[in-house]
Amino acid sequence: MRLIVAWIYNSEMASLEPVYTRESLRGLDMARESPPPGRFPYTRGIYADGYRGKPWTMRQFAGFGTPRDTNRRYRALLQAGGTGLSVAFDLPTLMGRDPDHPLALGEVGKCGVSVVSLADMEALFDGIDLGAVSTSMTINSPAPMLLAMYLVVAERQGVPWTALRGTIQNDILKEFIAQKEFIYPPRPSMRLVTDIVAFCTESVPKWNTISVSGYHIREAGATASQELAFTLRDGIEYVQHAVDAGLEVDRFAPRISFFFNAHNDLLEEVAKYRAARRLWANVMRDRFGARDPKSWQLRFHAQTAGVSLTAQQPSNNVVRTAVQALAAVLGGAQSLHTNALDEALALPTEDAALLALRTQQILAHETGLTDVVDPLGGSYCIERLTTDLETEARRQFEVIDAMGGMVAAVEAGYPQREIAESAYRDQQAVESKARTIVGVNAFVASGHEPLETLHIDEAVEHEQRAALDRLRRERDDSRLELALQALKVAASGGENTMPRLLDAVRASATVGEMCDALRECWGEYTEVPII
Amino acid sequence: MSRIRVVIAKPGLDGHDRGAKVIARALRDAGMEVIYTGLRQTPEQIVTAALQEDADVIGLSILSGAHMHICPRIVDLLREHEMGDVVVVVGGIIPDADVPKLNAIGITGVFQPGTPMQDIVEFIRGRVKPGVRPDVRGDTVAKVE
Repeated sequence: MRLIVAWIYNSEMASLEPVYTRESLRGLDMARESPPPGRFPYTRGIYADGYRGKPWTMRQFAGFGTPRDTNRRYRALLQAGGTGLSVAFDLPTLMGRDPDHPLALGEVGKCGVSVVSLADMEALFDGIDLGAVSTSMTINSPAPMLLAMYLVVAERQGVPWTALRGTIQNDILKEFIAQKEFIYPPRPSMRLVTDIVAFCTESVPKWNTISVSGYHIREAGATASQELAFTLRDGIEYVQHAVDAGLEVDRFAPRISFFFNAHNDLLEEVAKYRAARRLWANVMRDRFGARDPKSWQLRFHAQTAGVSLTAQQPSNNVVRTAVQALAAVLGGAQSLHTNALDEALALPTEDAALLALRTQQILAHETGLTDVVDPLGGSYCIERLTTDLETEARRQFEVIDAMGGMVAAVEAGYPQREIAESAYRDQQAVESKARTIVGVNAFVASGHEPLETLHIDEAVEHEQRAALDRLRRERDDSRLELALQALKVAASGGENTMPRLLDAVRASATVGEMCDALRECWGEYTEVPII
Repeated sequence: MSRIRVVIAKPGLDGHDRGAKVIARALRDAGMEVIYTGLRQTPEQIVTAALQEDADVIGLSILSGAHMHICPRIVDLLREHEMGDVVVVVGGIIPDADVPKLNAIGITGVFQPGTPMQDIVEFIRGRVKPGVRPDVRGDTVAKVE
């Protein structure tokens, strides 16, 4: 008898067996597909000693208000035992708009920190040694501009670029697919991605140049297998573009990392991470001919599912987050962000953010989970689900390859349509109560649980605009003009834009001005919405 | 009987359009005529779309925290264009404290996270009668053709 479970946790596994046995693995060569950890294709982990050798990095995504506000939060997180930084930028920064642009009205410092120019980036990392921390920056369309700012801050701190460790998200495909924070059309956008890959490979060798992200794809409504398939296919597209630009695969591929969602369905999530490692190793070896094992090894960051958090009974979110974090750890994540209980309502308060970090610390230090690598490996259920997810991803690769690759598929709206379909079906499952959400469509409580949330002062917008006015009055206009001209020449031709952006940053160009220079060259992208 | 016409809009810089698209489809499945404006629309563009489409309802999806800047602007623009009878509803991450403020400017449909689609469908059906529109203060007035 099959247990029919429709749309459990936004999973498309319409049926799971009530029990898995040796029979479930019939025909699978487990010695080849899931060898011990540290061996190709790394299904069970990229390191033989797992977390015994290196615990995961506890990297809490944070940013709000002015750079000074966020700098205080970073220092508090590092003080509390956080082991990496992760910058959340506000929407104007993410969209390459200065705080005085009409579209920035009401958005400055709200969803993240407002970073306008080099001075802001310096304030953000004031008192933090860039040679000692690893920093992740969630920025995509203006990724080269913000990376250039970070590099110039390091320069001013006297830290050589070769010592910098961190990650720039730089994943524009998932913006077109899911999160929609794009500026330029897909093809010039892909060229900017490749510019960062090429530049860092030469000059910032420990930097992770792309964080190929399934997180946002899942949040937009994708199922686990869609998240897996579209994300890995995005990864293939980036590698192909870099190879086409003349880069040698084993020189840049080891610095590509991944970023996955950690959702509610624990078994399926663990299988998803294992399938991702197996797929990437095979793709890199067989499709791209990579020979360095580091090119085969998929490293990933995980974040618990923001979309699973409920505004109702927010304390319940602590439990959801803990279970999701458990999935990420059982799946062998290299770094992890745990969401705070108040994030369905606002950016987290300091107390809520601290509890989220404590959740990870309890998992790491009190549960014994770090002692054994891939403890679910060999489970009939987990191995079966791993192979099923892998098979479905390969089928999607074929569909997208046949369309001419991911850029072409995005232009045709294919992944967008698939995700919108899944999102709608998920909502219908919630409405029909085929999927239960505690506190929302079942076990509803009357009245509100009181919760103090973070409020961003409107003064942030005025403060950032006033600082921008001062900057515009005080900087050397002719130096700035020359730098922006040189940037446009590079963008219009084939020259790497990174060195030109570094010069523009040193001349105090704003994010908006640098992005506008490229808007002049390439125009802006407007999508045809697919409902 | 004419169908209820709804403009679904995503103002501001945010691109998280899952909610906007899901509700657009739910309203369409409920028999309404739905026009989705796409991303990053200014208040002016949204009101122009509502005018051109002869909309009964404007549905805004705002998750970024900019709702107290955007919503009053849209209500003002509707009044300027003598479209005060268009029902404005907003969904997204709206803190409890802002709900009465939005109600006070005439936005009575404020849908916070977790709202069932059916509640939104019923709210709109309750406010918009075929050929008759309520104004933003809640008084029922004849639809001006």
